[in-house]
Amino acid sequence: MAANEHTAFVMRDRNWHPPAYAPGYKTSVARSPRQALMAIQTPSASEISGPDFQRLTLGPYDNDLLNNYREGTERDGLPVGERIQVYGRVIDQFGKPVPHTLVEMWQANAGGRYRHKKDRYAAPLDPNFGGVGRTVTDEGGWYRFRTVKPGPYPWPNDPNSWRPAHIHISVMGPSISTRLITQLYFEGDPLIPHCPIVNTIKDAEAVETLTSRLDMARSRSFDCLVYRFDIVTRGALQTFFENF
Amino acid sequence: MPQYTLRQPLDPDSVFLPESPSQTAGPYVHIGLALNVAGLPERDHEIANVMAGTNAEGQRIHLRGLVLDGNDIPVDDVLVETWQADANGRYVTDFSFDNAFNSFGRAAPGMGVDQDGWWSFTTLKPGRLPHPDGPEMAPHINLMIFARGINIHLHTRMVFDDEGEANATCPFLSRVPAERRPTLIAKRVEDSENGEPVYEFVIRLQGRDETVFFDF
Repeated sequence: MAANEHTAFVMRDRNWHPPAYAPGYKTSVARSPRQALMAIQTPSASEISGPDFQRLTLGPYDNDLLNNYREGTERDGLPVGERIQVYGRVIDQFGKPVPHTLVEMWQANAGGRYRHKKDRYAAPLDPNFGGVGRTVTDEGGWYRFRTVKPGPYPWPNDPNSWRPAHIHISVMGPSISTRLITQLYFEGDPLIPHCPIVNTIKDAEAVETLTSRLDMARSRSFDCLVYRFDIVTRGALQTFFENF
Repeated sequence: MPQYTLRQPLDPDSVFLPESPSQTAGPYVHIGLALNVAGLPERDHEIANVMAGTNAEGQRIHLRGLVLDGNDIPVDDVLVETWQADANGRYVTDFSFDNAFNSFGRAAPGMGVDQDGWWSFTTLKPGRLPHPDGPEMAPHINLMIFARGINIHLHTRMVFDDEGEANATCPFLSRVPAERRPTLIAKRVEDSENGEPVYEFVIRLQGRDETVFFDF
């Protein structure tokens, strides 16, 4: 779904989003601009268009992390951990579904170890788990992944900082204006209020919107639990023909 | 999920939801969006930094860039996304690995031969395209910067130092204060072996000569 030239997007509420400079998250101190962002008041095609991924060729297991790191290898076991599905809907701020949009995710394994050459945490890698997934939403804006629930992991910020269990989520939406990378947390995780990255967000309600909910009704007996996570992208406004 | 009704709803039944809040892409963004940089096997098709094939219509160019933090240290775990027009000034919105050119690309240091925080794209020199306020805009590439320590991605826009006349009349650039405009200009530094221009663009996140970042 690509935006057309008569689309604009609801202004981003940058008090709801985390600020660039959030000293509790130490890396943000040297990586945040000191100057104000410059507002583009008359967006052009450069801002209101974006890539449409309907013709992206995806592999059959791209959204199935239980299977996408073992296929074609000699290590043909299943990953260790809590088997879960994460599903939800991508909608815009007016509640309209965002169809055919690219949703990508990455995460640590059940022990909190990332399959990245720079992660040196003592928890071991899982030979059957990679940790990357992607999919395109359907006509109704729905997406779904199958994975294992990631573990918390320690990181160098405060002397004893631990990330809550989380899955990184990337969504494109209809334009580069709606582009968003965020993190999904899990309902009831006691690490959430302790996390300096979560706490870059000032509004507790905003944190609630990043907390996925256990969905027992859709959970599958003797197979997997299911978590629901809806993603809201900026609302698309039809503009009037101002220049005519 | 909280719902807020509009103060003066256009439709009495309409609800207005807050956008999902951003979070940093973190240090391991490559696992998800630049697999070979993480050391993961690549899937059959990856969105990457070669946006223009040899059969793409227009002038193929190479862009090399560096992101520096407030201490002038290269941000070596950055992920950069581009969005740019083709040689005719049109966005190729229909992304496909079969296209000779895609308007969207992704790069990170360590992808291909890049080193020491440098990232690169192989793309086309974009054409000019219209602006709602008047004359055509200068050829430009929109860039999105994601990394550990960046809580919400940064938008910037790069123009070319060999497009002096187009830059001088660009309705977008003219809104940027003159003293900060140079931070958006990429320099043509050399030509590649096959004669394709190489441009260099340094993004400074903070401090002296801080790059202009946009909100839209």
